[in-house]
Amino acid sequence: MLLVAVGVLIGPVDGKGAPVGRRVILGMIVAGAAGVVFGGRIQSAVNSALAPLTQNDPTGLTSLLPTGGQFRYYSVTDDQPHRSDTAYRLTVGGLVEHPATYTLAALRALPQTQLTKDFQCVTGWRVEDVPWSGVRLSTLLDAAKVRPAAHALVLRSFDGTYAESLTLDQARRPDVMVALQMYGKPVTRAHGGPVRLYVAPMYGYKSLKWLDSIEIVPEVVPGYWERLGYDIDAWIGRSNGRDDEPA
Amino acid sequence: MTSTRGSAGPMGATMSPPDAVQRFTRAQRWVHRAVAVLMGICLLTAAMLYFGPLAVAVGRRHVIATIHLYAGLALPVPVLAGLLSGAFRTDLQLLNRFAAADWEWLRRKDRRQGRVPIGKYNPGQKVNAAFVGGAILVMMGTGVVLGWPNPWPLQYRQGATFVHDWLAAAIVVMTTGHIVFALRDPQARLGLRTGFVPLDWARREHPSWAARYESSARLSRSQTAPGSDPAGPGSQEISNNRKERASPTSTE
Repeated sequence: MLLVAVGVLIGPVDGKGAPVGRRVILGMIVAGAAGVVFGGRIQSAVNSALAPLTQNDPTGLTSLLPTGGQFRYYSVTDDQPHRSDTAYRLTVGGLVEHPATYTLAALRALPQTQLTKDFQCVTGWRVEDVPWSGVRLSTLLDAAKVRPAAHALVLRSFDGTYAESLTLDQARRPDVMVALQMYGKPVTRAHGGPVRLYVAPMYGYKSLKWLDSIEIVPEVVPGYWERLGYDIDAWIGRSNGRDDEPA
Repeated sequence: MTSTRGSAGPMGATMSPPDAVQRFTRAQRWVHRAVAVLMGICLLTAAMLYFGPLAVAVGRRHVIATIHLYAGLALPVPVLAGLLSGAFRTDLQLLNRFAAADWEWLRRKDRRQGRVPIGKYNPGQKVNAAFVGGAILVMMGTGVVLGWPNPWPLQYRQGATFVHDWLAAAIVVMTTGHIVFALRDPQARLGLRTGFVPLDWARREHPSWAARYESSARLSRSQTAPGSDPAGPGSQEISNNRKERASPTSTE
């Protein structure tokens, strides 16, 4: 067995020269397999070693490196959705006593909450210690007076395609907010501004960007990625087959 | 002198310009083209998924990721289809083996002067071909783990992400180098476009291969028996190395 393996690697010595090409390919396969087995640990080490650089890099050059410590832009539509601060409206409707429409100024006038928490994507990258601020989702739900028949929320994006779901219990958690600020500044367009959701205990696909409307419904309606196979209850470390540290 | 030139190629040729050598058959050129197109699609879609500003401009993540996945899965197809061509199989054998001249070429500073009896491919081309082959296999294996993540333990998925990301960076470097070398060498590009390269280019860049071509052209002229190649391409290349080292320009 060992002899066969050695024979394959060294190749027959028959005057045609060493089979360097075959060795390169086999070597890459062996290194690739080793990388799959041990790579997670190596990448974590690389990430934490580079974190001081990647988190405070004014040039943005380190974002070209394959490290896991920075935001990656995901959008499911072709254009980057855009709504100006003045044109922005958030509607809350469905099974509620008091449907409402909020301007950005109205949202800013509500009690604000601050939270510094990690953003964990289900594809593996994680941005640590992101300062968020905005209005707790529970504040909006209380103001709307949810009817007893209601059990869940449908959250829609003004990209026209993306939607997400939360149960009422999940939505009322204190670490679930309608975010107006990130890193102390208004949420940028690329990050889902002017208003996005931040669901701290769940994977990033629950933190819907470009928030357009909140509809209160009787039952959970699976969201965009959930119809493509992602877990509906996206608890970090306890769903989607992953065991990340909670945010 | 020129009438039988093209027939020296492994598959014969339909057309041969004067003082040109057939370097690639149609099959070899199409394998190269198909791999280049698929690799190009993989690299472009990868950039759209990976680089923030580009991802912002393009969006449509699910569509782009699907194109990326299937272009990657298709990458081995042209190579496997190429195996139907004898000329392509012969090239794989030539690319695989490092002859003494190849090690010599790597050591010499004057490697581009046609003094080292390099065969059809120089060692840089051989290593690049092997790297592309290995990279396609490793990217496919890790890409399958990333594209269908459910059956795999988290540790393997993180490892697959690690390998896929960093090998992608290496592929960008190697592909850039490959294109830079090609841009510097119009005759090499001509070879991949038309199948034929100028004889003087072949003598300079691949002296042993050019000499083998010229001697078989001589043979076919004197015996009108083209295509007789009992010793096999690899060993003939070596024996030509020795012959042509003694008198590299014997046909002039």
